Amino acid sequence: MSLSPDEASRFAELLNRHAEPVVARWTELVTAGLRGRLSSAELRRQTADLQHAFQQALAAGATDLGDEAAAELRAQLSELSNGRARQGFSATETAISIYAFKEATLEALGDQSDVAALKEYLAFSSFVDRAALFTFDTYVRVRESIIADQTEQLLELSTPVVKLWEGVVAVPLVGTLDSARAQVVMERLLQTLVDTSSPYAIIDITGVPAVDTQVAQHILKTVVAARLMGADCIISGIRPQIAQTIVALGIEFGDIATKASLADALRHVIGRQKRTER
Amino acid sequence: MERVPVLKIGDILLVSIQIDMEDQVALQLQEDLAERIVATGVHGVIIDISALDIVDSFVGRTIAAIASVSRVLDAETVVVGMRPAVAITLVELGLSLPGVRTALNVELGIALLGRRETVTIDGDDEPADDGSDPAAVHTS
Amino acid sequence: MSDDSQRLPVTTDQDVVRVRQLVRTVAVAVKLSLVDQTKIVTAASELARNTLVYGGGGEVEVSRVQNDRRAGIRIVFADQGPGIIDLELALTDGYTTGGGLGLGLSGARRLVDEFEIDTEPGKGTTITIVKWCR
Repeated sequence: MSLSPDEASRFAELLNRHAEPVVARWTELVTAGLRGRLSSAELRRQTADLQHAFQQALAAGATDLGDEAAAELRAQLSELSNGRARQGFSATETAISIYAFKEATLEALGDQSDVAALKEYLAFSSFVDRAALFTFDTYVRVRESIIADQTEQLLELSTPVVKLWEGVVAVPLVGTLDSARAQVVMERLLQTLVDTSSPYAIIDITGVPAVDTQVAQHILKTVVAARLMGADCIISGIRPQIAQTIVALGIEFGDIATKASLADALRHVIGRQKRTER
Repeated sequence: MERVPVLKIGDILLVSIQIDMEDQVALQLQEDLAERIVATGVHGVIIDISALDIVDSFVGRTIAAIASVSRVLDAETVVVGMRPAVAITLVELGLSLPGVRTALNVELGIALLGRRETVTIDGDDEPADDGSDPAAVHTS
Repeated sequence: MSDDSQRLPVTTDQDVVRVRQLVRTVAVAVKLSLVDQTKIVTAASELARNTLVYGGGGEVEVSRVQNDRRAGIRIVFADQGPGIIDLELALTDGYTTGGGLGLGLSGARRLVDEFEIDTEPGKGTTITIVKWCR
């Protein structure tokens, strides 16, 4: 059941006439629903903006939320769900903020018991429902993008490249190393070598539970790339099982230096630095 | 055709490649360098490729050839300043620049050549190459 | 699905440089990561040189492509040269007829996401490569 342009303009007029009480009641309902997690002044501003956007859309003859006339309303709704999603409200709480508009409007209509008014209200109600569903959709999209961002941030966090000593950088790898992460590590490590002009890098894999062929290949490629750039890599913290895997997979570590622990690796590097500084 | 300038600094020839080289320019550089090594009698060549955003197999091959020719003419070549993205790409391409020495930047490259000289003066014929020299990274 | 494709002739050394520059510009425009830009430009350089040296010159077409998920860059190298007689051999690391390192074809293939080669002895060779944004 959708609104006719006629009905739309009548609702626009009704909202205009009762703007004050509708906004007040709406704000009240939303505040109660969110249990004080947003200040009522802030909520009042939001509902007033939304009420205005609804009124404008209807006055411009919007009979469907997808209409050109409802563009501003859609923008407002997006903004609301965006904010709610980022502030940690649930999707239901977000949608209920819009549903409450129906109740507030119904109260403004007052006592009208004829069937025509009821039909009109139903059409209006389904318009608002669609607006609420629209916030739901937007909410989900925003949350997905937040999750994607967080995944990226985690990736950054999980691959710190630190300067350990003059001319020595280290990357302590912790957790499962998939191909994407291995690639990020590789690029960051090599860039840090350039930025700090460090001729030595220690890749510590104490915190890596398992290594498959692909990951071992990534580590090997990093070592070769570092050599091409003029730096030497030492791999430390290889666990017994990983050593077994490496051998079982037939991966050639060749002449790459390996040390039992990060401390051993650092001692080894400093020793080499001393020898060359003579 | 453009030419890559070759500068002499003390006992070193410094080549800083600043242009996207045509193949012909790279070959010309190889010739120029051999002539300058003989004419100046230097014992070290530094090729700075920090401005290159790619090194393909042709340029890689030319660099390897320069290093080999220089060695025959008693000069050590160090390639410096290779960018990370270039190094990663070369590894994927399968090009390893065998026998070419590398350093992160010009300064470390000069230090590497300087050490080689010290060793030679000490009467040690072979440069320290047992893997104990940090900058003496062989890319083989 | 492609738009604004650009063509360049490959008949001289300078053309190879121009191909590299065009590929770089398009790779930046489709927002490839720095490493992927470097890989695709390097692959293009290898293949453009092949077109020139083995194909006796030809043409390169660079276009932006888009599938339902990602943007990418597609490059087509076409020549009317002698073609490749033993394709499998030509794709082997270290195989060369031109005195190079023999990394051109096999190496370029490792640098891209899609690699297609269409060749017929006596008719010429067309190689199509694609690199997608990660």
